[in-house]
Amino acid sequence: MDAKETKERIVGAPTLFAVWAALLGLTWLTVDLSGKGMAIFVLAAPFLIASAKAFLVVDYFMRLKYEPSIFRYIFLIVFGTIAVVSFLVYQDVAYRQ
Amino acid sequence: MSKPHDISHRDYTGAKLGMWLFLFTEFFLFFGPVLLYAVFRFRYPHAFIDASLKLDAGVGALNTVILLTSSLCMALAITAMQRGRKGLTLFLLALTVTLGSFFLVNKYFEWGAKFAHGLYPGGEALAGNADGTAIFYGLYFFTTGLHGLHVLAGMAIIIGAALMVHEGRINSTDFVKLENTGLYWHLVDVVWIFLFPVFYLVR
Amino acid sequence: MAADNTRGIREGYLASEPGKGFIASWLLTTDHKRIGILYLFSILSFFLVGVVFGLLMRLELISRGPTIMEAHTYNAFFTLHGVIMLFLFIIPVVPSIFGNFLLPIMIGARDVAFPRLNLLSWYFYMAGALLALTTLIIGPADTGWTFYAPYSLRTGSSVSLAVFSVFVLGISSILTGLNFVVTVHRLRAPGMTWFRLPLFVWSLYATAWIQIIATPILGVNLLLVMAERFFGIGVFDPAKGGDPILYQHLFWIYSHPAVYIMVLPAMGAVSEIVPVFARRVIFGYKAIAYSSIGIAAVGSLVWGHHMFVSGFSYTAAVYFSLFTFFVAIPSAIKVYNWVGTLYKGSIVMDTPFYFVLAFIFLFSIGGLSGLILGALSVNVHLHDTYFVVAHFHYIKFGGAGFGMLAALHYWFPKISGRMYNKRVANFALVFLFIGFNTLYFPMFILGYEGMPRRYFDYLPQYVLWQHVSIVGSWILGASIFTMIGNLLVAAFRGAAAPMNPWGARTLEWQVSSPPPKENFETIPEVTRGPYDFREGA
Repeated sequence: MDAKETKERIVGAPTLFAVWAALLGLTWLTVDLSGKGMAIFVLAAPFLIASAKAFLVVDYFMRLKYEPSIFRYIFLIVFGTIAVVSFLVYQDVAYRQ
Repeated sequence: MSKPHDISHRDYTGAKLGMWLFLFTEFFLFFGPVLLYAVFRFRYPHAFIDASLKLDAGVGALNTVILLTSSLCMALAITAMQRGRKGLTLFLLALTVTLGSFFLVNKYFEWGAKFAHGLYPGGEALAGNADGTAIFYGLYFFTTGLHGLHVLAGMAIIIGAALMVHEGRINSTDFVKLENTGLYWHLVDVVWIFLFPVFYLVR
Repeated sequence: MAADNTRGIREGYLASEPGKGFIASWLLTTDHKRIGILYLFSILSFFLVGVVFGLLMRLELISRGPTIMEAHTYNAFFTLHGVIMLFLFIIPVVPSIFGNFLLPIMIGARDVAFPRLNLLSWYFYMAGALLALTTLIIGPADTGWTFYAPYSLRTGSSVSLAVFSVFVLGISSILTGLNFVVTVHRLRAPGMTWFRLPLFVWSLYATAWIQIIATPILGVNLLLVMAERFFGIGVFDPAKGGDPILYQHLFWIYSHPAVYIMVLPAMGAVSEIVPVFARRVIFGYKAIAYSSIGIAAVGSLVWGHHMFVSGFSYTAAVYFSLFTFFVAIPSAIKVYNWVGTLYKGSIVMDTPFYFVLAFIFLFSIGGLSGLILGALSVNVHLHDTYFVVAHFHYIKFGGAGFGMLAALHYWFPKISGRMYNKRVANFALVFLFIGFNTLYFPMFILGYEGMPRRYFDYLPQYVLWQHVSIVGSWILGASIFTMIGNLLVAAFRGAAAPMNPWGARTLEWQVSSPPPKENFETIPEVTRGPYDFREGA
């Protein structure tokens, strides 16, 4: 309980600007790659890049990196739910008679 | 450990935990239409690619840059508040809201162009169309509309937080409300980061 | 301690607040106990409205053909009965009333983590409830509580408003769940480790997670229905290339776990009551705690068993049938552990305990009939028959409902500071039990013989069991009104209740009845488990 009043960590402006630059770079990359390459790549690349961008925003802008580990466990619950729900819906739509 | 457990005490972690849980509910709210998109993309691949090509990826990318930059301003505002620089905080919050409004203006013109071509639910270009094109635009308008409402809500919350900064109710020692405001705004950004490829780039 | 037994009733949190009017002291309160009372009165009022709808539907079937209403009215009645009983009553009832009132006290906190948010969620609840009742005036929805597309997209009744009311109720549910999760994580008293939490808290915690994760998916589904009705976006409309089965997916992704939102807290209350009246430590504490999480997790994977005959893929049907059987395991673990606790216990027979026995019996019937329905081949025959209606009434009413009534009779002295008339309560329970089985058991038979649900008319061969069932509904209705009347009388005229009438060991019984404002003079230091009945422990 005594951890409640822990000092907030300050994320410096240079870090934030660096993250922002990386985000813009990834945006350029994903637009540039759009529609190029094999079908599987066309589908996967935008979502992999989007996940990388979301990771940067969540970890640095939203400061998840500096939060207690419970916050990350909650992420696992959310991703697990999404994965399982998508899998089960896929079992329906992919094998519809 | 024997410290009295006052309910008015400041439990920053608790407040942020609550906010994160709320953000997850928002995330699931958008998960629904994206799941539908995935199913229909699987069912009508050609119609979805054709419809996606009619969207202007340039405008989408511009909006992405606008939101990313506004997110940067929001994160910088929190850092400025932590360092006690009130004026800078207010400036950065104003910048965040302005960028948010740019996003909406952009969206307005983008939607307007689609309406002009009859590409909207019930529009003449989609009437009697059951090959999946109508579904694409239905999901596009629903999801981006829902996201637009979140942008609007986020701007309202930021303005509220800015007023509290101005009054000193948010200050360099008590800024969890500003942090939670920021979390909400970043979530709006993260949702857009995923919606952008979903509608504009997977073609 | 002895002085506590004779304390006045209008003390504790019920004492009027100086400088605040009576109305404001309730409607603007942020005290979790007062908010619990607000929920208690509002939820039970809507419950009685739902009961009346149910009784009228049964009465309509007393003779074949239109008796007291037309077919369309009957459709509206079963829709409203479903919406009220599910969204206004059984989903919020235990978390919002007992969770709000007891969770902070049980973990040794002064309030929930976000008291103002807590009040806000009551206002969302009331707004949603009033919107739902407004549809009654402007033309009630006739889709059933499930709002299945594509009919819900086309019918002229006020589906949009009904759907929106459910959306608002969903917000209330999310906020309550969120509040509980943060409260359990952040506000436990010193020494209150996770495995010293009362099992009721565990079940509320598991429930809160389902509320947070599943409710938004229903929310967006309902928004999609509204967008379909207003703008015709087409995703659920086959004429535009949409797919109505996807509506069913998104609907049941929430609404099946919602069944566990209903029954888990009731199971938690039972897990509190059983050890107290067996006077021994609960058998398999960790098994019960983990099985709550297990039910929440596996219960989220079984939604497809509502869709076996919808035309979705057989591959998916096999998965969903398998998971449906799996979910019986954690449920059975709970039942075995309760029975195991009773074995060789020093059982004290008293009113809440009778309710628990009725709960275990009825829930077992409900659960076992669920396994019958979970089998794919049998389901094709029984789908959308009275068998299903009987099954889910045994689970939701016999399980969640009786668990709620057990909780109500167990915690009533703590909440109100007064004791009810136990003889009346016991008689009401006996008649409720008889009425319940007379009402719903014939539905198993009717369903097996092929009587479809939601029909306002029936063939001559069903007359006998329909009539038995209708008589049962009268017994059930009379005993519910008696039971609630008994509690109402007790709330205003009952004798003062002692601090700990049942001899329980959890924290809420270690404060006065009714509990004081802010619950504790000083936050207690917890040094033992919640079911430690050893002398001097």
